[in-house]
Amino acid sequence: MNQRTIQVDALESEAIFIFREVVAQFEKPVLLFSGGKDSITLVRLAQKAFYPAKIPFPLMHIDTGHNFPETIEFRDRLTQELGVELIVRNVQDNIDNGTVKEETGRYASRNMLQTETLLDAIEEFGFDACIGGARRDEEKARAKERIFSVRDDFGQWDEKNQRPEVFDMLNGKIDLGQNVRVFPISNWTELDVWSYIKKENIEIPSIYFAHKRNTFLRDGLIWSADDAVVFRDEEEEVVERMVRFRTVGDMSCTAAVLSHAVDIAKVVEEIRDSSISERGARIDDKRSEAAMEKRKQQGYF
Amino acid sequence: MNVLKIATAGSVDDGKSTLIGRLLYDTKSLTDDKLEAIEEKSKQRGFDYLDFSLATDGLVAEREQGITIDVAHIYFSTRKKSFIIADTPGHIEYTRNMVTGASTAQASIVLIDARNGVVEQTYRHFFINNLLRIKDVVIAINKMDLVDFSEEKYNIIKGEIEYLASKSEYKNQNLTFIPLSALKGDNVVSASENMPWYKGETLMHHLERLDAEDVQEETQVRFPVQTVIRPKTEEYHDFRGYAGKIYGGDLEIGDEVSVLPSQTKSKIKSIHFFNEEFAKAKSGSSVTITLEDNVNVSRGDMLVKVAEEPTITKQINATICWMDKEPLQASQKYYIKHGVNDAQAKITQLNTIIKTDFSGKIENPSALELNQIGDIQLKLSKPLLVDAYNQNKSNGSFILINPKTNNTVGVGFIR
Repeated sequence: MNQRTIQVDALESEAIFIFREVVAQFEKPVLLFSGGKDSITLVRLAQKAFYPAKIPFPLMHIDTGHNFPETIEFRDRLTQELGVELIVRNVQDNIDNGTVKEETGRYASRNMLQTETLLDAIEEFGFDACIGGARRDEEKARAKERIFSVRDDFGQWDEKNQRPEVFDMLNGKIDLGQNVRVFPISNWTELDVWSYIKKENIEIPSIYFAHKRNTFLRDGLIWSADDAVVFRDEEEEVVERMVRFRTVGDMSCTAAVLSHAVDIAKVVEEIRDSSISERGARIDDKRSEAAMEKRKQQGYF
Repeated sequence: MNVLKIATAGSVDDGKSTLIGRLLYDTKSLTDDKLEAIEEKSKQRGFDYLDFSLATDGLVAEREQGITIDVAHIYFSTRKKSFIIADTPGHIEYTRNMVTGASTAQASIVLIDARNGVVEQTYRHFFINNLLRIKDVVIAINKMDLVDFSEEKYNIIKGEIEYLASKSEYKNQNLTFIPLSALKGDNVVSASENMPWYKGETLMHHLERLDAEDVQEETQVRFPVQTVIRPKTEEYHDFRGYAGKIYGGDLEIGDEVSVLPSQTKSKIKSIHFFNEEFAKAKSGSSVTITLEDNVNVSRGDMLVKVAEEPTITKQINATICWMDKEPLQASQKYYIKHGVNDAQAKITQLNTIIKTDFSGKIENPSALELNQIGDIQLKLSKPLLVDAYNQNKSNGSFILINPKTNNTVGVGFIR
């Protein structure tokens, strides 16, 4: 036998502990999977938490219909390789049945509309715990959220009356109809996530790496001109640029950044030196100072 | 990814947000877009200085009222280390949120406004730091620029805190006093030219030097089983692994262990982490363990080294910090959550309320109100495996949950 010692990094160990608490404390958990780097990291951590058993809950993607094709292709391949169940629910269905109204105009996005589809799916399947990849360093309302964040049967977050969360004891007791949003990587930073992906050699969708894309400029941000869902004025000039995406949200509200990072090592380097925050390229957060808080109160994850 | 978690404490307006802003600013941790947003909002509100609380007060209600209601976690790193700062509320009514932020911290910064000296909230915050047994506490005497960088003023405050510390029963604390000006940047990241009489380190220097592992106390191994892993696949037909996190020490293949509460003895057969096996696992690792013998182990059971057993008890004496609007009264029933284990608990006695200025106790109170700290006795529906909090933090603490509301209503420290 080798004499190797395992000392798991504190953040990884904390996340694995949280995953195991979810499975022990809840009847029907689900992992919210967008195909982005944070939820991909969650999947790896879930694998580690239960290995050699399989991940004991399904993955669910709330598809806005405006996702990057590279992400969807990646999503389907990953879930097949892992042998886990993938549930997909579509925002388009809510638009078609009239429960939400599609936005129009310059800043139209389906990001907000996801909430309704998510809440419907939670009710449909009776999920009592939804595991998400939100991090406290992303945004100032998220910085305030607990690891086990209780939501009422409207999905609402009561931000002024959160349960105390002391030491690593997680209280998952809820009433019927309530659910808990669980954030195992709350304490990770963007750089932690990238460093982890590099260390673990985890595969990620190609749009995270620099590639040539037809783009145009608006409000100081770079937008993809290849996709019909991104609103563009006739006079906004299309130019081919070398870009990559730092976050993989709805195409209509996710801007690209200029980059030459073609592999993961370069991405880590670039993030380390960046003077712009990750969500600086997410137009949905710029709608008002409290955009994220408002969305969370309505049931957004 | 070794991270030092720090909690800040201090009363309202003594500059917690400014200090955190200064740390972020001077370590170049604020991104351009966030800094621009702070500049723009500060100007819009007619402030003379950059209002860094705009970066940390993430809730509408906080920005409206200009106070911090709940903990914000702020992340930054220097070349040497990564930090998480819990920016906790100063107001007395949000003490429970301060405890939330401080409970996971390895170090704490207590801010004092040099003009006002030690005030009631300082007592409370200092007391909670002692109750939690946070080993490294920095007393940051802020706004030194407003008292002419007076050494005398600094010494008076230092003396008062040292006197307080002498009355605490917790003696292993490292107290560090740093005179600073968060607004002007003296002794935060750069050494101050205005206080040549101060020979100590800057705040940043001190924090960089702290080791996240060093500030933990040495303890015996506790391995509470979170979940049993049974893959039931061809390849792992007979695999039965116990998943959990090691608290306190190292576990090695061949170690003789006792399974509690049954007290069955066995040996560690293998240690798994994902698809690798290891000979030894260290404190803090979330691993999966198998045993030589086919013993009955389930969630809430605990593996410990033989001859290092905790107390198995149905009765607990504890100090409790009450966190609910509905007061604690003797003879009430709650759920107790101790690590990953649950039981029912009845308060058999409410002995005292402890005054947070170290001036004594109120005997036989009728109730313990929100944010008060007291000594209680509990009777449990089943035996729990406990240590005293001063022996093992994670195995010596618990929370109480109100069965009617499911809210976490108190945090307890076993005596």
